[in-house]
Parts: sequence; C-alpha cells; structure tokens
Amino acid sequence: MALIRRGLSGHLGWQPQWRKATLKASYDAVIVGGGGHGLGTAYYLAKEHGLTNIAVLEKGWVGGGNTGRNTTIIRSNYLFNESAALYDHSVKLWESLSQVLNYNVMFSPRGVMMLAHTVHDIQVFKRHVHANRCNGVDNEWLEPAQAKEFCPLLNIEDNIRYPVLGAALQRRGGTARHDAVAWGYARAADSLGVDIIENCEVTAIERDASGAVAALETSRGRIGTRKIGVSAAGNTSVVLALAGVKLPLESYPLQALVSEPVKPIFPCVVMSNTIHAYVSQSDKGELVIGAGTDAYTSYTQRGALHINTHTLDAICELFPNFRRMRMLRNWGGIVDVTPDRSPIIAKTPVKGLYVNCGWGTGGFKATPGAAHVFAWTIAHDEPHRINAPFTIERFRDGFLIDEAAAAAVAH
Amino acid sequence: MLLIVCPYCGKRPEIEFTYGGQAHLVRPAKPSELDDQTWTDFLYMRTNTKGIYAERWRHARGCGRFFNAVRDTTTDHFIATYKTGEARPMLRASAAVTTPSGVASPAVAPSTGAQSAAATPGSTTGGPR
Repeated sequence: MALIRRGLSGHLGWQPQWRKATLKASYDAVIVGGGGHGLGTAYYLAKEHGLTNIAVLEKGWVGGGNTGRNTTIIRSNYLFNESAALYDHSVKLWESLSQVLNYNVMFSPRGVMMLAHTVHDIQVFKRHVHANRCNGVDNEWLEPAQAKEFCPLLNIEDNIRYPVLGAALQRRGGTARHDAVAWGYARAADSLGVDIIENCEVTAIERDASGAVAALETSRGRIGTRKIGVSAAGNTSVVLALAGVKLPLESYPLQALVSEPVKPIFPCVVMSNTIHAYVSQSDKGELVIGAGTDAYTSYTQRGALHINTHTLDAICELFPNFRRMRMLRNWGGIVDVTPDRSPIIAKTPVKGLYVNCGWGTGGFKATPGAAHVFAWTIAHDEPHRINAPFTIERFRDGFLIDEAAAAAVAH
Repeated sequence: MLLIVCPYCGKRPEIEFTYGGQAHLVRPAKPSELDDQTWTDFLYMRTNTKGIYAERWRHARGCGRFFNAVRDTTTDHFIATYKTGEARPMLRASAAVTTPSGVASPAVAPSTGAQSAAATPGSTTGGPR
C-alpha cells in the first residue's frame, strides 16, 4: 500500500531506514565491520543482551564487502559435529529471520544440490549424508535420474568430461537476498539505539596498563571502549595486527558473476566442488555464479578472468541450455581463509578484544548464527556452547575442525 | 591475469605458476624442543600482509623451480622476483603501508646490495614490512 501511495506522490516521501549517527566519545562495545555479521552482532547484543550503547564502524558502506559480493548460498550439511551445530543454528535462524526483523530477507529454501562426479565424491557425499542425519541435519542421496528430476536442466549424459554420478540434496538449504540481510539488521539495530558509522576506519587499538582494550583510534576520531568485536572478513589480520594479535589467516580474492536476467528457469542451487560450478537464479532472473579463489593472497577485491572462465566451462557442460547466455558483470571480494576452513569465533589473547573471522568462501550462510553466538561471546566474555570449539587455540592444541579435508574446495 | 617474471625463464602468464605462500619461513631445526606456541606460529600463523609481501611462487608448468617474489598485495604489482636462497630485496621505508586500507604505495625500488639481519633468509619474520 505504501508503495502505491508513494508512487502516486512521485516517490518523494521515503525516509532513510536508519539514522546517520554521529560518533560518541565512548561506547560500551564497538563492532568493527558493517557487514551482515557485524550488524547482526550489534543487533543481538542490543536485543538479547541489553547492550544498546554500542557502535558499528564500517570503513566503506554498509553491506559493501563480502555481504554484498557473495552468491548467497545457505546450507548446513557439514561433516563434523561442531560445524553441523554452528551452521544448523544459522539455518534455523534464517527460517524466521524475515519475521524477527520485520524485513523481507527473501530466504528461499529451494534446496541445495551438490553433484558427485567421481567414486571418491560418492563416498564422501554418502558419508556426509549419514553424518548429517546423526546430527539432525537433513541431507539425502540422489541417483542421477533423481537429480535431473529435481533440476530438469541438468545434463546427466555420460558423454561429458565429468558425468554426474549422483548428488547430495539438502532441501532446507537455499538462498536469501544478501543486501536485505545487511539492511534488515542495520534497521533493526538502529531502532534499538545502535550507532552505525560508515566511512570510519580503525587505525589503532589502544590498551591500558593491564593490556586490556581501552580505546580505538579511527579516521573519524578516538572512541573509548572496553569491548571490541571484530567482524572484518578479509581485513581481519590487518585490524588484529593493530593489537599485536597473530591469526592463522590468509586473504584471497574470490570472484562471482551474474548473467543477463531471464525468466524463471532454474529451480534450485547446484554446486559442484569437483569441477568448480556454483549456480542459482536470483529473483531478478540473473544466474548467480560463484567462481573459485585466485591462487595468491591479495586485498584488491579483484581477480583474474581465467578463474571465471574455468567455472563457466563447467557450467556449460552441466547445463547446455546456458551456453549462449551472456554474462552481465563480475566482481571479487576478499575472503579470510583458515588452514582447516572452519571459522574462528572467539576471545583473543587481548582482554576485551573478540574476533569473528576465518569464514573463507562460505560466510554468508552463517550470518545470523555467527552473529548470534558472537554477540553472546562479547556479552558474557566467554563463548557460547556452539562456538566454544571455534577458538584460535585449536591450532595450537590440535583440535582442528577440518572441513578443508571434508569439502576439498569451496563451501 | 598476472604476468610474472620467473628469475630463470623470464616473463610468463600466471597460469604457468602455482602459489607457495609466505616466503622466508624456515622450519625450526629441532621441532621437538619447541614449545607448542612456537611450533604453531611456524605451522599456521601468517602475517597476511596488506602491502609489501614476500612470497613463494613455483613455475610449475615451466622450469618447475621455486622462487620468491615481492608483491604489493594492495595492487598486485610485482616489485621484484629473485631466486630461492637470495636475500629479500630491501625496500625503502616509504614503502610501508600507513593505514589498514592500504594507501597505494609510492614507487618502491629495490636498493642494491642492502641487507639486514631481518632480511636474510632464515629469519622467520620476513624482513621489514
């Protein structure tokens, strides 16, 4: 109704969805990074832990980093118990997120189908299916004909280079609207009193005599605070280096691209880790395609074209209908990758400094869950039961959560 | 796609190379005598530098040899490549990135013959950044 009314009045009466806040001299807590993870953390801190005197600092614009650059795939069919608990916590929050935020994040559980092309794939995927069922996470094995029934465009002929030998399907998985997630959290956090400060970059972290966090130096002035939560994705190493904290992270470019928009043709999400194809169709009609990471570490937010063409080769084999589609645009984001491809959501050796990082190529799906347990960690100064295994110290103590070996490439 | 100068073969396209991560990390002589944190630092911790970074590459689809490069990770511009075992070229202090977002570095030239303890192979800190 509002849309019609505004339309008749020339779209002149719209109000901003959140305030342009002015920076205060001090806050109870400061979140560094204004993507979905950071804004979500601020929202849950205000909503569930009563911390409303907080700020979210973003060096660019809200949702302009990896939140606005990913391919929006949501799933929770991870192998290990710790991962299944964390990612499924997130999927459960996705299911009610639009109602909770009163903002349509367009969560669409259309099913995520992961293709198997080798005998090894089949064995690994079936192991995932069984492990997931033990953890109460839905995942089922499909023979090639069943996979084609679920996604009719799929080419299951045996005359392609990597024929489809089967698939694992998580029906509760799907996609959401990436921008709406950032905006929904921003509006909800703002209405609870959270200050969202854009174009504000952290340049130093001050510590008191005991070594605890005391203040932040930013491009817009000094801010006193006893608690800092860092959700800075690819730039996490840079921010934590300001406090002298070392992390097992490397930042790589990850690229994605979209096609020209077409009518609804593609009913689900299809992923193929083996031949690097990740595709779904947005509600606007574009095919949303994820490519691989570039070979080298970088902070440039761009990558090389041969990475994209490699992905398109695979997609043209699997979906011959798409061979004549034109690609509209491509871009890159910087992802922070851990050695075991599992995230870090933890306290750091510096008192009052907390970090949520290491999501690598698959952080969007975890936005609500990670933000929720990260807020808990900041508020209680101890990890939530779900993120307790995702420490920095796990690398020292040998308790890796090795989804790298389980997933081989991208999540 | 990057053009990379292999010190043995010359300028070649990136697809001929594989990446080897941070350079000048040296395996400790007696791992069993280290405490856990020092061993963890060697195995897993990386500077992940935003700015001037020394790294290993391998000309896998060429001569097959490893070599080192100094690259600016804020621009992907290669400043120098050099053979494994050679010291990391010293860069003027002005090459340092002053803000986390990485203001594009001013022109940096390897100074000739300059070496310091921090830049010799064998240092795990990888020299000035």
